[in-house]
Parts: sequence; C-alpha cells; structure tokens
Amino acid sequence: MKKHKEQLMKIVFAITACISIVAVILICVFLFANGVPAIGKIGLFKFIFGQVWRPANDIYGLLPMILGSIYVTAGALIIGVPIGILTATFMAKFCPNGLYKLIKPAIDLLAGIPSVVYGFFGLVVLVPFVRDSFGGNGPSMLTASILLGIMILPTIISVSEAAIRAVPDNYYEGGLALGASHERSVFFTILPAAKSGIFAGVVLGVGRAIGETMAVMMVAGNQARMPEGILKGVRTLTTNIVLEMGYSTGLHREALIATAVVLFVFILIINLSFSLMKRRVQ
Amino acid sequence: MNTINTRSFSQKWHSYRKNPASLIMFLAVCIAAFLTVAVLFFLVGYILVKGIPNISLELFQWHYNSVNVSLMPALINTILMLLLSLLLAVPVGIFSAIYLVEYAKHSNKLVGIVRITAETLAGIPSIVYGLFGYLCFVILLQWGVSLLAGAFTLAIMILPLIMRTTEEALKSVPDSFREGSFGLGAGRLRTVFKIVLPSAVPGILAGIILGIGRILGESAALIYTAGSVAQVPTSILDSTRTLSVHMYVLASEGLYINQTYATAVVLLVIVVCINALSGYIARKIGKGN
Repeated sequence: MKKHKEQLMKIVFAITACISIVAVILICVFLFANGVPAIGKIGLFKFIFGQVWRPANDIYGLLPMILGSIYVTAGALIIGVPIGILTATFMAKFCPNGLYKLIKPAIDLLAGIPSVVYGFFGLVVLVPFVRDSFGGNGPSMLTASILLGIMILPTIISVSEAAIRAVPDNYYEGGLALGASHERSVFFTILPAAKSGIFAGVVLGVGRAIGETMAVMMVAGNQARMPEGILKGVRTLTTNIVLEMGYSTGLHREALIATAVVLFVFILIINLSFSLMKRRVQ
Repeated sequence: MNTINTRSFSQKWHSYRKNPASLIMFLAVCIAAFLTVAVLFFLVGYILVKGIPNISLELFQWHYNSVNVSLMPALINTILMLLLSLLLAVPVGIFSAIYLVEYAKHSNKLVGIVRITAETLAGIPSIVYGLFGYLCFVILLQWGVSLLAGAFTLAIMILPLIMRTTEEALKSVPDSFREGSFGLGAGRLRTVFKIVLPSAVPGILAGIILGIGRILGESAALIYTAGSVAQVPTSILDSTRTLSVHMYVLASEGLYINQTYATAVVLLVIVVCINALSGYIARKIGKGN
C-alpha cells in the first residue's frame, strides 16, 4: 500500500512538472494555428512589410506597428540604459551603506508598481509635459519612450548591479595599484569585466519594453500609420492587439492573432539570446 | 574594498582637480542615481498627493454606479481572482518544484525541458497570455469572458514564478535534513511533506506573495479573459473587473479623474505592501542562513 502511494505521488509530481511544458505547447499551438493561416492569406511579405493597416478595407500591413515597437523600445533603451547602468555602478561601488539601505528598497518599489499606474502617471504628467516643452499633441513616441525608459530601469539596475558585484575585487585593486583613481578603476576594469552580465540586463529590459501594453497604450497615441517623428503618435504590436481585439471578426481577428505571433517570435529571440548570455556568464 | 582606499575630503578634492575625468565619472553616477530615486519619489509622491484628498467613503460603497465610482466591487473581484488563480497555480508550482528538486535525477532530460519552458513562460508578455486565454478558455472551452477564464490565464502566468521560488527554497534545505529523515526510516514522500516542505515554507511564501503582487498589477491579460463588468460575480462564469482593470477603465474614460487618482493610491498602497512583505520574508530567510 505504502509503496503504491509513493509511486502514485511520484507520477503526480511528474505530471504537474509537465504542465508548464503543456502550457508552452498550448500557447504556441493556439497562436500559430490561429495566426499562421492569416499570414498565409495575406501573404508573409505583404503582412510584414505592408505599410498600411486598414482593417475596414482588408489591408493588413504590420510594418508601422513593428517599427513602432522597435522605435519605442530603442527610445526606452537610450533613456533607460545609461541611467540604469550608472545607477547600478553607484549602488555597487560608490554608495555608502546607509544610503544603500534607502535606495535598494526604492528600486524594488519601482519594479513593483503596476503598469496601469505607470500609464496613468504618463497620461497626467508626461503627456502634458511633452506637449508643453516639445510641442506636438503630447501622446507620442517620445512620451512612450520616456515612460518605458523609467519602467525598464529596475530590471536593468538589479541585473547590472549583481553583475558588477560578481567581478572579483582584485580587478579593482589591480587598477588602484597601477595608479588609477577609484572612478577609473571602476569604469575601466570592473565595468568591462561585468560587460556580459550588464548586457543580459539590457536584453531583459528590451523584453520588458517590447511586451509592455497598457502603459504604452495610454501615452503613445496609437495611430496605425508609419512612424513620422518622435513627437508624432505611434502604435506598437502589443497595443495593436488590445485596441482592436474587442470588435474584430474574421480575417481581421486572425490578423491580430498573427500580430501576436510576430510579437511572440520577437520575444522568443530575445529570451533565447538572454539565456545564451546567462550561460556564457556562468 | 572601501578599507583599502579611504581618503579625507581634501585629498579627494586634490586628486579630482588633478584628474577631472574622474570627477566627471563620479558626478555621472551620482546624477544617475539621484535621477532614478527622484523619478520614483516624484511618481509615488504625485499620485499620493493628488489621490489621498480624493479618497472618500463613496469609493468604498458596496455597489458600483456612475455617481459613486466605487472601487469596492473591483476590490472584491480582485480578491476572488487572486484566490482562484493561487488555488490553481500554487499546488502545481510546488509539486513541479518538488519533482525537479526531490525526485528527478540530474541526468533526467525532462528537468532541462521544464526549466527551458518555465523560462520561456516567464518572458511571454501579458498581452500574449491574454490572447491565449481568450482563444483557449473564452472561445474554445466556451467559458465566456469570466472569472474562471481570467483565473486560469493568470495561473499560467504566475506558474513559473512560483515554480522557480519554490525550487530555490527546496534547494536551500540542507541535505542533512533529508538524510536524517531517511535514516529514521521515513519514505521519500513522508520526507518531502514532513521535513523538507515545512522548512522551505518561508521561501515558498515569499514567491507566492510575489505572485500576488503580479496578479494585482495585471491588466492586459485580463481585459479579454475576465472582462470589465464592475459587479461582484454571482458565479465563476460571470465577467468581473479587477482593481487594475478598473483603474485602466477609469483612466481611459477620463471622466472621473479624481476618483482615478484615489483608485491609483489604493492600488499602489496594496501592491507596495505586498511587495514589501515578500521582501521582508526573503530577507529574514537570508539572515537565517
């Protein structure tokens, strides 16, 4: 009897362990089964490189949204990466202990704020700010980039900080011994040694930025046309799905699911490069 | 490392004058850190300052209507959604972790595959989960836009988080505990449930609380799976609106800006408390070891 129970539970544990595999397979199957036929009907080339998205006329070109996602993510990186890496450097190598106990929880707090709250903050603070100081309508590529730049900060900071702390102290000491100042030692021996870990943090930030939906939707303007400038509105892949899924039918709906397929492929590539990098670090 | 390079302020000032590049680097990291903290304080401060004066009893009335814009139904829905998705995800997550840590052999191929899939799941954006939940639970299984569909979607979403934290917690239980238990004649199953799991509880709890934080903040995955009806559901197949979705609907309608601030405060406070609790438990474990 006892033997049976042991065996039974072992099988139960093994089955539950397989649930995550089943989940990934199901997600892939549902997305690809519903999305790929639409890509076939529209034509892969026309779908990916088409410049016009007009569901009313059955024209589905995804290029504006793909570019929108890429531009907004790039903007977020331009804002978030330098600040994130420098903050991580400060926390790991410059920060007095007392101050660290304040900053560290603050960064954790930044990571925990829900994206709707970020979005709302963007809507009531950043949109008017961009409109008043740079012109344009307010909801724009720039606004979305700033907001995403803030949102990816905690990811980049915590991964980079861990990478910087993992560099052996004798690198730094060697730098000092050769006559370099504290700052030079940190910037020219420790940071280069932590390069791959920091890069992994950036890649994780890219994943977060490209997948963010609600916050971007509230500040990006969401016009489905080719991006025209940093003060003009853009629509990203994620927001394209949320905006139109509610009322879409037929080919339109399949095209939206195909949008998710494109997004999913982007994310898979990013995840893959992240785990490759992590492996190299280890 | 600070002990080998301590200098007085005047010495530092002297070396910075000789070496302006170092000063620039020093200033750059200080400014960046200041910016990060300033952004956080501004964001939280702005929402608190604008929101707290607008918190009123009306917001906590039992029924939602367009006059009181009550967040009470959304709050209750959030708790229901939380319980249901935890009920689904926690046992599966813990059992998977038990299998990976306690049962599977190192050479087992399944372990590698489960790790890769868990990593993949963790990286999928929430809107993709939402779309999957919509296609699978709402359409195919015909549950409609409902509490149940939302809970299943969220359960898959937090599964990797709970799996990973439980795995870490189980791994941190010393092998001597297991050996002692085996030595006293207990079987593997009894060892896992009576010895290993109880000592891993704080770690698992920290993971579950982190999962709660994620569920509370989630909106993109719920809009097309759980919908946005602002009422307490009478069955698990009714559409519901959680606090985050409520917040999103209010913000995008733009009609109740004051109430939106107040709702944001409530949401922010809950999420911050939950995350702080998780961090506190995690730190306690860190000290224990």
